[in-house]
Amino acid sequence: MNMNGAQMVCEALVAEGVKTVFGYPGGAIMNVYDAIYKQDGFEHILNRHEQASVHAADGYARANGEVGVAMVTSGPGFTNAVTGLATAYMDSIPLVVISGQVPQFLLGTDGFQEIDAVGISRPCTKHNYLVRSIDDLPRILKEAFHIARTGRPGPVLVDIPKDITAEMGDFVYPDEVDIPSYLTVPKAKEEDVSAAVEAILKAKKPLLYLGGGVILSNASDSIRELAALSQIPTVETLMALGAMGAKNPLRLGMLGMHGNYASNMAMSETDLIISLGARFDDRVTGKLSEFGKYAKIVHVDIDPANIGKLVNVDYPIVGDVKEVVEMMISGLTGKVDPEQYTDWREILARYDALYPQSFEDSDEVIKPQWVIERLGELVGEQAIITSDVGQHQMWAAQHFPFDRPRQWINSGGLGTMGFGLPAGIGAKKAFPDKTVINVTGDGSILMNMQELITASEYKIPVINVILNNHFLGMVRQWQTFFYEGRYAETDLTFQPNYKALAESCHGIGYDVTTKEEFDAALKDAIEKDKVAFINIQVARFEDVLPMVPANGALNNMMLPKIANPDKGEK
Amino acid sequence: MTEVRRVISIVVENESSVLSRISGLFSGRGYNIETLTVAPIPGSKRSRVTIETRGDERTIVQITKQLNKLIPVYEVIEHSEMVEKEMVLVKFPLTESLADIEVLCEAYNGTIVNVGLDMCIGMVADEPSRVKHFIEAVGRYNPIEIVRGGVVAIER
Ligand SMILES: Cc1ncc(C[n+]2csc(CCOP(=O)(O)OP(=O)(O)O)c2C)c(N)n1
Repeated sequence: MNMNGAQMVCEALVAEGVKTVFGYPGGAIMNVYDAIYKQDGFEHILNRHEQASVHAADGYARANGEVGVAMVTSGPGFTNAVTGLATAYMDSIPLVVISGQVPQFLLGTDGFQEIDAVGISRPCTKHNYLVRSIDDLPRILKEAFHIARTGRPGPVLVDIPKDITAEMGDFVYPDEVDIPSYLTVPKAKEEDVSAAVEAILKAKKPLLYLGGGVILSNASDSIRELAALSQIPTVETLMALGAMGAKNPLRLGMLGMHGNYASNMAMSETDLIISLGARFDDRVTGKLSEFGKYAKIVHVDIDPANIGKLVNVDYPIVGDVKEVVEMMISGLTGKVDPEQYTDWREILARYDALYPQSFEDSDEVIKPQWVIERLGELVGEQAIITSDVGQHQMWAAQHFPFDRPRQWINSGGLGTMGFGLPAGIGAKKAFPDKTVINVTGDGSILMNMQELITASEYKIPVINVILNNHFLGMVRQWQTFFYEGRYAETDLTFQPNYKALAESCHGIGYDVTTKEEFDAALKDAIEKDKVAFINIQVARFEDVLPMVPANGALNNMMLPKIANPDKGEK
Repeated sequence: MTEVRRVISIVVENESSVLSRISGLFSGRGYNIETLTVAPIPGSKRSRVTIETRGDERTIVQITKQLNKLIPVYEVIEHSEMVEKEMVLVKFPLTESLADIEVLCEAYNGTIVNVGLDMCIGMVADEPSRVKHFIEAVGRYNPIEIVRGGVVAIER
């Protein structure tokens, strides 16, 4: 069919099954917006900042596993989107971001709103394209979606000069992609998996170490099966929460800098790390030379570059986690004796009893951890929890009872403050029937709070639970521990009126200082079904514990005061 | 870990951004580029990029894996079984002995390629380590300018 480049973009999006596009118009992308105006194949959500558009597409993708799509104009529109691209890149989230570019005759002339989008985004995209001919456009769009979602997923940028979106051409959307230089993932080698299975059978203290790849490959069910079959305990990274389900007896919890005692001790004492879709991030491993010191390592990853990047691996397996886990299950069935690791599980149960994930509650002031636990009781399994970055994020990770994969949406790799609200908008678009709660801080929420108006306009009622400690709390915590309490630029005593902010954008605000008020506010916000700020005054100087200081050994944790020493002994 | 020198040969799609993808990968991840050459592969739509680099074993492995991940990269060849050559051009003042310079160039499989009114240009193409020695050796003839090409390599 003959049509212009802008229409081709719309047709391609429809062909890819895209239902929602998050974006923001401007000069160089206007042709495409004109085509969007004339079509009804997908909905467009106008965020109020391009960063938020990309985060929203990202939240959408994390929630339902499909490719998220965002659209921005050239120059500042694109540069605003960069943080979103980098956030998605670090967590391997499939996105296609379409940016306008100045017309080709202006390329390289420092034209109005010209910036080298492909150059800037190279290190924070899986791949990117500058379209140079209308004839290439359908193929490039097809490739972009393919590259975004296959292999190790990631964001792909397609930068389209304005003359190309105006130009007429013949639109034939390819059925298949043909990129001979693009390595698709080989099926894991049978012998690699058998070697790992043998190692598991020989191990005395094996440990399943689950990372974000488990969520991305939808491997949660298989992993629960593997754990149940073998009775091997599991630890999860920040990105894998929900994989095992909070109630699973084989789940020790989150490991790493703010991991719990039992998980970190398990990692320190295991003799076989079975790493599934995890990448040995420094926030997880602490001091590398001490990490898994007594362990052999099985490393399953879809990206060969992750294997052996930081630690020496004894059993490397390149492949899709889900596939490999299923192969492991058949290899272990009939051979593994669940009693085999009983002693090991008992040791870990003792560690868990000694220092459970706990906090000291208070009657005078709301403890942030209480809010999260209460939230878990009140909204539980059906809700999707997004978060920003800081202490609130860690408390949410530690205390919310995540039951299923894709229930927890946060920026783990880049740690982007301002992610939570727009990501929540995306998640709620993907699952309109679920309650979406953004657990945030008084610092983070101000980055991208313009999305209140987006959420209101499109009736996407994300509930923002602000754990307000009048601090950039996580930085304050480091200042307390490592900078002798010099609180350089972290005091947020000077506050906006959060309730009024929400109301000014046609949402609802609540100021909460007691537990009863919190219950009432949350109930009311859910009932009213509007975007909400629940601004909770929490204990100002609460610290996130346990904590492994950066680059410390995992078994060297700063622990909360309230241990259960009597429970530690048998 | 000890550093090793490696020559990596990369077969890529002929497209304008591919070189920046490769060099950006090196600079962004803190890898070294000692030399880099690139030219189209005759009779194909592909180019060959040859990079001479240094790093410990883990780094070299990472480099090849990361290069392999770049979408327009077809093949990354990295092993010690390569025939390597490098070229160098040296401009000498004619106040030096032309005969001496010629003998020196010939000792390194080279020759004098140009003689002007007050200068001459010698050319040598040889193994990179020999090129290094040649450059040391020409020092005493007061070279005006030395231009090195990067390493090119082919599998044995
Ligand atoms: C965009 C961005 N800028 C700076 C940081 C560094 N940073 C990490 S946590 C944090 C404090 C967050 O404060 P707040 O949102 O109030 O959360 P709290 O830690 O108090 O729960 C900062 C500034 C970041 N992660 N992201």
